[in-house]
Amino acid sequence: MNFGLSEEQSMLKKTVRKFMEDRCPTTFVREMMADAGGYSPKQWQEMAELGWMGLTIPEEYDGMGMGLVELAVMMEEMGRAVLPAPFVETLMAAEALLQAGSAEQKKEYLPRIASGELIATLAMDEPEGFWEAAAIKAKAVPEGDGYKVSGTKLFVPYANAAGLIVTAVRTAEGAAPEEGITLICLDPKAPGVTVTPLKTMDQAYRLCEVQMDGVAVPAARVLGEAGQGWPVLEKVIRKYIVALSAEMVGGAEKAMEMTVQYAKERVQFGKPIGSFQAIKHRCADMLVDIEGSRGSLYYAAWAVENDVPGADLAASAAKAYCSDTYFKVTAGSIQCFGGIGFTWEHDIHLFFKRAKRLETTCGDATFHRERIAELWL
Amino acid sequence: MDLTFTPEDQEFRERVREWVQKNLPEEWKDSIPRTQEEREIINRQWDKKLYEGGWAAIAWPKEYGGMGATLIQQLIFNEEMAMADAPEGLMHGKGMLGPTLFKFGTEEQKKKHLPPILRGDVVWCQGFSEPNAGSDLAALQTRAVIDGDHLVINGQKVWSTWGYLADWCFALVRTENTVPKHRGITYVMIDLKTPGVTVRPLDQITGVHDFCEIFFEDVRVPLENVVGEINRGWYVAMTTLTHERSTAYLGHPIRFRNQLERLADLARNTKRNGRPMSEDPVIRQKLARSFIEVESFKHIVYRTISSRVRGEEPGAEASMAKLYYSEMLQRMTELAMEIEGPYSQLVRNSKWALVEGDWQYQFLYARAATIAAGTSEVQRNILAEHILGLPR
Repeated sequence: MNFGLSEEQSMLKKTVRKFMEDRCPTTFVREMMADAGGYSPKQWQEMAELGWMGLTIPEEYDGMGMGLVELAVMMEEMGRAVLPAPFVETLMAAEALLQAGSAEQKKEYLPRIASGELIATLAMDEPEGFWEAAAIKAKAVPEGDGYKVSGTKLFVPYANAAGLIVTAVRTAEGAAPEEGITLICLDPKAPGVTVTPLKTMDQAYRLCEVQMDGVAVPAARVLGEAGQGWPVLEKVIRKYIVALSAEMVGGAEKAMEMTVQYAKERVQFGKPIGSFQAIKHRCADMLVDIEGSRGSLYYAAWAVENDVPGADLAASAAKAYCSDTYFKVTAGSIQCFGGIGFTWEHDIHLFFKRAKRLETTCGDATFHRERIAELWL
Repeated sequence: MDLTFTPEDQEFRERVREWVQKNLPEEWKDSIPRTQEEREIINRQWDKKLYEGGWAAIAWPKEYGGMGATLIQQLIFNEEMAMADAPEGLMHGKGMLGPTLFKFGTEEQKKKHLPPILRGDVVWCQGFSEPNAGSDLAALQTRAVIDGDHLVINGQKVWSTWGYLADWCFALVRTENTVPKHRGITYVMIDLKTPGVTVRPLDQITGVHDFCEIFFEDVRVPLENVVGEINRGWYVAMTTLTHERSTAYLGHPIRFRNQLERLADLARNTKRNGRPMSEDPVIRQKLARSFIEVESFKHIVYRTISSRVRGEEPGAEASMAKLYYSEMLQRMTELAMEIEGPYSQLVRNSKWALVEGDWQYQFLYARAATIAAGTSEVQRNILAEHILGLPR
């Protein structure tokens, strides 16, 4: 029994932290906020050369063949850096391909993802609904050997940069909303697809609207069996929310470190403010929330990777807990920083805004607590 | 990261499980609501049974009659006891005085005091807190003056759990007034039958009395009962307290999980206007929150154990665990009251009381959790200063 990182995992953590400190300081994040694409192709290539785009892709497709615990380790570090890039979405699109793709599809996409040539993302939410199967209404009607797809997808991460959008569409109306969902490999350059970046609070991350207006999708671009997309998506989401939880824990920890540092230096009433219990106890609560969250995160990563009973519960517990923690910690940080924390110039708002974005991706804390109640009660 | 146990550890778990299944009478199960007197009798009998089975103090070194169990084995043992819903026994001798004597006791002290603790023959209590020394424990004023080969003790202790039951007390007394407060304290073992000792149970908000006041009036205690050196008692006691905070909670995650399942049962079985409370969306949110907290507490414990197995010293993580579970426990019991609604007013032996009024007792008792063994405020100070490095 070892609830801790192995030597290799600790090495990976160090490597990623060093890279992020060198290549992704907040000055870089701010550059990307102003950048049209919202990420740096150069940095993407550098990460790809380290093998990270293929972290969870099997070696036969030129990946590193690692698991969710290693991905969590990496996401924590990326969260600390408020990384502006669709890293986890690319890996999760690859995960969908691994779960449901044909041999040809895997061969076509996975090595290109691993090499950094292909950025991929996921499209699920729509204007009328989100987080649940019932939300998926984009209509796919049979045409030729494939489908003609129409509909609108919202909050699609970095669709502006992606060469592949794994998109959930509806090919049939089933008795239950989970039936009749099909996954397709959407080419953003295909005729009828319009990608519009949205103006978002977290400017260090691009979210897009993707309009599909009678887009022809050949049978070769259908992922897995028609109508059987939801169970695949559920498996992907389970890993996705664990990875997002890791990003939240990393970001929360960095925000706490910044706050504690400031509390040691900032003097009021002739003393460092960190000597006042009002500040001290707030910081102690941050620590406890982060450690509790981290425990739930790594248990979930291990449980989902090994598919143990209760893995769904563990993943939802992590997403709920880490979402609350990241928000609470960053909100508390702004309070400790006082006026300076309210300025654009100070970095803490990057974390505060990232917290809000991650919280609302694939179900917020309330959503996942209800899910826990459904599975447990 | 690997949460599986080795075959040897699994085999150990099987052995514990088999023994406890054979030896724990159904009516001794810990979660059965019962009076304090019944609980005491069961605790003492269970301690004796553990001794007869060879399980009295598995964490103790073999030379003192223990098993020299590894930390993982201690975890497994406590988990199995919790899963079987076994009583927790009387812990002060085994969990606190024993480890202190291993480190600071003389050979005579060990020979005299350790075997009766193992057998469950002698009950110990702690005499640390005083009316004017709570969170600021080092401010204690119970005075001890050396007179020949004796200490003469005058003063008062308070919050001594099971003091009325105890035969002996390990206490902190002031032997020097002219030095900084931490350096004038002595750790001493006091036979509570000594003339001049008065133990008075305190009626608590639960209506029962686990905690006691102990008064000392010219109580003569032989100097051979001093543990460690005169005026070095603070440092001896810190070892005991570290122990109290670091291993006592190994079985708690499972006990809390069982309690959480009882809470879920309460929600399923309690109807409001015809609808089970487990279907109420707000209650579901709160139950799920408790679920997350109980699970996370287990992970905190596992992470702490793993770091100690890797060779890291017990430190402030124990403060985190204590802070975490005490506040979590309060929220759980508050939720039980909310689920019961107006029935939450009815206590044990009342007509219409739910679950024999047990949640009412738990609800009241949980207020002690954030005060005893270091208040939440003290724990937050420890975390902020020792882990985060914030200035005092």
